[in-house]
Amino acid sequence: MTWRARIGGRSLASSMASVVLSEAEKVYILHGVQDDLRTDGRGCEDYRGVEVETDVVSNTTGSARVKIGHTDVLVGVKAEMGTPKLERPTEGYLEFFVDCSANATPEFEGRGGEELGTEIAHMLYKIFDNKSSVALESLCILPSEHCWVLYVDVLLLECGGNLFDTISIGVKAALFNTRIPKVRVLEDDEGAKDLELSDDPYDCMRLNVEHVPCIVTLSRIGHRHVVDATLQEEACSLASLLIAVTSKGTLTCMRKIGKGSLDPESIFEMIETGKRVAKFLHVSLQNVLNQEESLGKKRQKIGFLR
Amino acid sequence: MAGLELLSDQGYRVDGRKSGELRKIQARMGVFAQADGSAYMEQGNTKALAVVYGPHEIRGSRAKTLHDRAVVNCQYSMATFSTGERKRRPHGDRTSTEMTMHLKQTFEAAILTQLYPRCQIDIYVQILQADGGNYCTCVNAATLAVIDAGIPMRDYVCASSAGFIEDTPLADLSYVEEASGGPQLALALLPKSDQIALLEMNSRLHEDHLDRVIDAASKACKDVYAVLDQVVRDHLQEVTALIGDRGSA
Repeated sequence: MTWRARIGGRSLASSMASVVLSEAEKVYILHGVQDDLRTDGRGCEDYRGVEVETDVVSNTTGSARVKIGHTDVLVGVKAEMGTPKLERPTEGYLEFFVDCSANATPEFEGRGGEELGTEIAHMLYKIFDNKSSVALESLCILPSEHCWVLYVDVLLLECGGNLFDTISIGVKAALFNTRIPKVRVLEDDEGAKDLELSDDPYDCMRLNVEHVPCIVTLSRIGHRHVVDATLQEEACSLASLLIAVTSKGTLTCMRKIGKGSLDPESIFEMIETGKRVAKFLHVSLQNVLNQEESLGKKRQKIGFLR
Repeated sequence: MAGLELLSDQGYRVDGRKSGELRKIQARMGVFAQADGSAYMEQGNTKALAVVYGPHEIRGSRAKTLHDRAVVNCQYSMATFSTGERKRRPHGDRTSTEMTMHLKQTFEAAILTQLYPRCQIDIYVQILQADGGNYCTCVNAATLAVIDAGIPMRDYVCASSAGFIEDTPLADLSYVEEASGGPQLALALLPKSDQIALLEMNSRLHEDHLDRVIDAASKACKDVYAVLDQVVRDHLQEVTALIGDRGSA
């Protein structure tokens, strides 16, 4: 288990779209959370309705759009050929980029969203920086010569709280949707190697996303913690714990964010909740993805037109 | 031209359109709840999203303040995965900056900025998928977003591109046609008054043909106008119906 707690520093919430709450509103939310009844009628461990649609951008190798409440994220995966990293000659790799576009909030205009974007991208690197998340060996074409590089680009369109969870669901769905063309290595008499890319769109390789973790953010509000906090609830929370959990319940990464502090006991409590919620999240996400896939070409693409 | 025939002998283009025909336009207003106005627009395979914030106080340096009218602030960006080859950065490169300037110019001509002195109106557009006519799709999407935000305009701004291939003016170019390197014209029109808000041409074209190409582009703009107008009316009908339901309940 990696332990990366960052106490102090600039709080993440302050750089996001901020809402201003009065003292009375804060108390209202706080009391609601204490009685396990949040302002929108949810319990502390309930997610808002999650909308997932894959294959929304046709010139990517894989894409997905995820919407949780007012948080809206578009993820595109592009596979490009590159050279494996020196220290890992038999593996391909993933590159993350998060674009906090001005669409989400005017504060992100110009270079305003860069800081948050880099922070999230860095978090994603950490989560995927192990062998169990994605089978990186399958991305290798020729050891230390050629491999697939998957550019995972996240576009933040609207920000309504719980950014990390939404992005991680989007990344998982987009990776599920990714279809990498098969490559054959041809060798001629002199030993020169030639790559042949299959031009049949159905002759492709897919990634196994079974072990790709999802992030669950637990926000501490008063003496309890909630999952999937809205912007208003995030404004009431002093500190949150962010954990990445696989479908089997393994913790791959953990981080504390926010300007407040957490005591160790509550952290273990939050981890337990996070694992429980994440298992359920993985199962329902996988169901939705499988269902969508089973429809095949009959599926009506919705995109943004609804 | 080697290989690809952009206009067949029968007068059909690569994607089966006639010379003056537009690609399929689909649009929706009010995509996002948090922004003051938003719209999504598809023209064939080009997809754009526009968001409007404002009018609000001037953000950042107060030196930008105009005392007789509002500042129109634009940002054009392209998703890194929107193009065939992955883009390194979504905005800030030369083309994006140029597009930003063009958008600003277009909307300063159309929005009644004098109604909001010392204010700022933000228009952010994002290309999600690029397949030719990016600027035009952005302008059309932004028009819908500005209408959605309830900001008064002189008229709709409708934009369309036009090209000139084999002695025929073509409306609404796709990526393949743009990439062929022929002359390319982008036109933003205020359709009711026939005023041109922006005109830009790349590459060279004989003066004698210019008339026909501009005509083709403005005809296409007026076709776009018909579609946009329908979208706005449908949207309003839907919204008012919803309010009506709530009122009677």
